[in-house]
Amino acid sequence: MRLEVEITGKTYRSAAGETHEVLAPLKFALQSGEIGVLIGPSGCGKSTMLRIILGLDRDFAGHVARPPKARIGMVFQEPRLLPWRSVEQNVRLAAPDASDAKLAELFRILELDAHRSHYPGELSLGLARRVALARAFAVEPDLLVLDEPLASLDDALARRLRDEIATLVASRSVMTLLVTHSLDDAIRLGDRLFFLSPRPARIVQEVPISIPRAERSEAELAGIRVGLASPPLESK
Amino acid sequence: MLRLLSFALFLAIWWIAALFVGGAKLPSPPAVLDVIIAEASSGALFLHLGATLARVALSFVLAMSVGSAIGYLMGRVKLADRLGDPWLILLLNLPALVVIVLAYIWAGLTEAAAIAAIAINKLPTAVVTLREGTRALDRSLDEMATVFAMPRWRAFRHVVLPQLAPYIAASARSGLSLVWKIVLVAELLGRPNGVGFEIGVAFQLFDTPRLLAYSLTFAAVVLVIETALVQPFEARATRWRPRAA
Repeated sequence: MRLEVEITGKTYRSAAGETHEVLAPLKFALQSGEIGVLIGPSGCGKSTMLRIILGLDRDFAGHVARPPKARIGMVFQEPRLLPWRSVEQNVRLAAPDASDAKLAELFRILELDAHRSHYPGELSLGLARRVALARAFAVEPDLLVLDEPLASLDDALARRLRDEIATLVASRSVMTLLVTHSLDDAIRLGDRLFFLSPRPARIVQEVPISIPRAERSEAELAGIRVGLASPPLESK
Repeated sequence: MLRLLSFALFLAIWWIAALFVGGAKLPSPPAVLDVIIAEASSGALFLHLGATLARVALSFVLAMSVGSAIGYLMGRVKLADRLGDPWLILLLNLPALVVIVLAYIWAGLTEAAAIAAIAINKLPTAVVTLREGTRALDRSLDEMATVFAMPRWRAFRHVVLPQLAPYIAASARSGLSLVWKIVLVAELLGRPNGVGFEIGVAFQLFDTPRLLAYSLTFAAVVLVIETALVQPFEARATRWRPRAA
């Protein structure tokens, strides 16, 4: 399976009637088993790009080739859980085919066992994000899209969730697209990094990381980081 | 407990007022109770109450289902909103009496005319409430349902309907009270039975005890339905909300 994105432009009209260019021409592709990371400054148009890739926004110039019938798992920036359904129901509604064993496994990994019957309003943001992750993984996606899933979490929790994402992605072959502005998350998780310019977004630099994810030692990570020192980035 | 106290207060005020006014204009509670018992034992009370309740149920269900569907459509589809809005304003401001009289003239003094007239009176408020509810739907949850490829019906049931539930409850509640009021007028004008008919008879005879007997029994039934049906539905629809203090 392969995801090909070729956007030649995206504009939108603001309430005041002005036309804004959100995305400049950009092109990239992603293979099964790969994690692509989109890195760029806030407001550069990453979320717009995701909406286009997911098929939520069809008003753009260009072409997105998603494998037909690809199952999509998505973690939005906000958890977007149904407040009137329990944690377990939220996951089951998105993934009706997931087996009990599979759900039990996910809830165990994400440490949600104690919260199965809670409503989202009773959860902290960190927990709600984990539920959103559980939901995205439960559908056994072919295309997994993570829009800043670790933003606004404390470092320890973010690190743990990042490891969990790595574990879950490694357990099955899936195209993953991760949006972040944390360089650290990017080089630990990504196979292919796409650095985006400020609005209108275009790809400034594409950096493949050849060392398999599991074998990246701290020293090698530091090396990658040094190699990336040039592009302008916002600190986390 | 407080409700009981408040009810006792009502009885006390009534009783005292009856002592002052006295006689035919304002009978005391026991006098009204006698009439209620007499009417109940002859079966007439249940016949009339039953007829009225059946009309209420039918016209309420009709108005709620059709009104909710139209309201949802108008909230979702701009064209439907544009087309429907003038009708809605017309219906909202049309006096109930006009609708009832016209329905009886055009369709005869029939059951169908009565029920349709009552439903038409209730319809526009259901439309307006549900249209607002639909406009307030959370787009981001719709997107979530789309991304996860939820089938339409499941998305409607689990994503849309729970968001509309408070609006449906509000509309049901205000609608029920509207229907209660209008059904009596419709019965007074053109039906041979029902609480409205009995009240019409009592009015012609200036029979206050009978009038109070029917209207209070009716009010009691309304109260029971409100506490036994409407409130539990509301509580269920909002059970996921963190409890207010």
